[in-house]
Amino acid sequence: MLEKALSGKSGYWAWILFLLGMISIGGLFYVYQYINGLGVTGMSRDVSWGLYIGQFTFMVGVAAGGVMLVLPYYIHDYKAFGKITILGEFMAIAAIAMCIMFITADLGQPLRILNVILHPTPNSMLFWDMLVLNGYLFLNVIIGWVVLNSEYKDVPPPKWTKPLIYLSIPFAVGIHTVTAFLYCGLPGRHYWLTAILAPRFLASAFAAGPSLLLLIALLLKRVANFDAGDKAIQKLGTIITYAALLNFFFLGLEFFVGYYSQLPGHMHTLDYLFFGLHGYDNLVAPMQFSVFIGMTATILMLFPQFKKSHRNLAIAAGMIFTSLFIDKGVGLVLGGFVPNPFERVTEYYPTVPEIAIVLAVWSAGALILTVLYKIAVTVKNQNA
Amino acid sequence: MDVKRRKFLKIAGLSAVAGVAAPSAFNMLLKGDAVASSGGGHAEKTENTGHAAKAEPKGIQYGLVIDVKKITHTKGLAEKCIDACHTEHNVPDFGNPKDEIKWLWVDDYEHSFPEHSHHQKNDALHEMQFMLLCNHCEKPSCVRACPTKATFKNKDGIVMMDYHRCIGCRFCMAACPYGARSFNWRNPREQYANGNFKFYKKPLNPEFPTRMRGVVEKCNFCAKRLSKGMMPSCVEACGNTGAMVFGDINDPKSEISKVLRENYTIQRKPASGTYPSVFYII
Ligand code: SF4
Ligand code: SF4
Repeated sequence: MLEKALSGKSGYWAWILFLLGMISIGGLFYVYQYINGLGVTGMSRDVSWGLYIGQFTFMVGVAAGGVMLVLPYYIHDYKAFGKITILGEFMAIAAIAMCIMFITADLGQPLRILNVILHPTPNSMLFWDMLVLNGYLFLNVIIGWVVLNSEYKDVPPPKWTKPLIYLSIPFAVGIHTVTAFLYCGLPGRHYWLTAILAPRFLASAFAAGPSLLLLIALLLKRVANFDAGDKAIQKLGTIITYAALLNFFFLGLEFFVGYYSQLPGHMHTLDYLFFGLHGYDNLVAPMQFSVFIGMTATILMLFPQFKKSHRNLAIAAGMIFTSLFIDKGVGLVLGGFVPNPFERVTEYYPTVPEIAIVLAVWSAGALILTVLYKIAVTVKNQNA
Repeated sequence: MDVKRRKFLKIAGLSAVAGVAAPSAFNMLLKGDAVASSGGGHAEKTENTGHAAKAEPKGIQYGLVIDVKKITHTKGLAEKCIDACHTEHNVPDFGNPKDEIKWLWVDDYEHSFPEHSHHQKNDALHEMQFMLLCNHCEKPSCVRACPTKATFKNKDGIVMMDYHRCIGCRFCMAACPYGARSFNWRNPREQYANGNFKFYKKPLNPEFPTRMRGVVEKCNFCAKRLSKGMMPSCVEACGNTGAMVFGDINDPKSEISKVLRENYTIQRKPASGTYPSVFYII
């Protein structure tokens, strides 16, 4: 089946070459960081996690979002998702591969990463995160490949895939819950120390993942002659709308708890992120923008007339994806660090190498996605 | 073990398997001091109000009492302590706040005890110098977070670092509520042309290793000196001013226990539930 990735139009190859170019540039910067240490990033003693971990957190959500197709299709036998469920599974594979790359880029001693396996430490949430992430990756690789291969050969998928598919559902919830636990189990960091962090993560994941899928599905219709079907597209839109609504509702709860209780620790980060604190306001514009576009798109999506047009849907999904990307990929991590627990503010500015490496990881994710989707779409179109 | 308790444990075990946070299974998870428990007497604690609320202590728990007035009023003493510590442990100085590494440092009252509120603050408090360092917490959140056991608790209650095990994930830095940990963002062993390390102001102390880039470090209560029967460097630097008293806070007969009984002391951020072993007399 792999050979399907090796033939394509010139547009396909131009895109692949572009991605390879981005990966090489970022790769060179990674070598530079590897030689010189994380000092080449903008991180500091106070802000000890930056873009890498933020992106990691966001991508875990995108990966978990794939389950919003798997669940209706396999559990509720929702046929309309038949054509794109595989896209969800493949998106999860690319997203988790990106997570692993982000974590590796963030480690001070990447060669020692095996220490996590050699010295299993059940009291550390990172240990559990590693288990569920790898488990989810493994499940999706197996399921995606076997199911597609059966389709290729025009036979029903083997029976043993069923339990694996069911297992992948709690795993999807698990990866994002455990990733939330990385943050919300730490004393002294009020912004993260909230029981609603895991629900917030899941709501944003179930909006961001399907948003990306919707965009890709609409794109594939144009460039690859692959039609997911209007019914599936509309359903995706509905899923995104309700997940995004929940996400903003949960955000509102954080505001209520912070400002009604008037607890300084709970207010400081919200102040810093959304209104500025002691004159520090680096993130105010992006965070306000994030809430604004996210809420606007969500409200628009509530109108059936708006949702009917695929172009509108694409715009709204793009807005929601961007909104959640800013909120989770940037604001969440920095918010926990920048106003430090001692009422000092150290702001963070990502450096050029850091940004180049982040772009390279995104490109690598896009490359994996492109190749997998190329195969899937070719197989699907062939059988259609 | 009575039937009820056994039944409870069984259920707890089952729910743990199912991934549900049963309290007993969870406590097991939380045993930050997985490597060497300091006695496991933590379970009886009911309040997060510091050592006062704790049930009968077991094992050794080293601690430090700092008399803030004495530190502040003996001119240059704080600097002397910091210098002694940083020289002893080859703590590099990169000369900028972004890459900074510190084991022992000073800060003012507001930023050391941000949760204490006052009205019209006592004048003397403004100029006080608070010496800050790793608190060698009894229930250290840094140990709980470390995925490799590179940060672990010793039998004597000291929270130690294995620099060779550390993968540089900086989880411990996020987990420590006291900002006690530093990361080697750059290579501290960068060399001058003439073969000297650039970031060390003084000749290296051959008794203590330098670190490599990409690992976390922090105060270790001079574990190496303790093993030779010496006092920590900062305590030694205080000489007979009595500004710092070090010892086993679990031993009622130790000098530090006596000082703790006779003075009103405060700990940083007691609400974090880590039970810091560094106390301040103000
Ligand atoms: S002060 Fe911080 S680094 Fe030191 S033991 Fe406590 S939690 Fe760990
Ligand atoms: S940075 Fe090192 S010491 Fe800190 S949690 Fe990671 S492995 Fe443990």
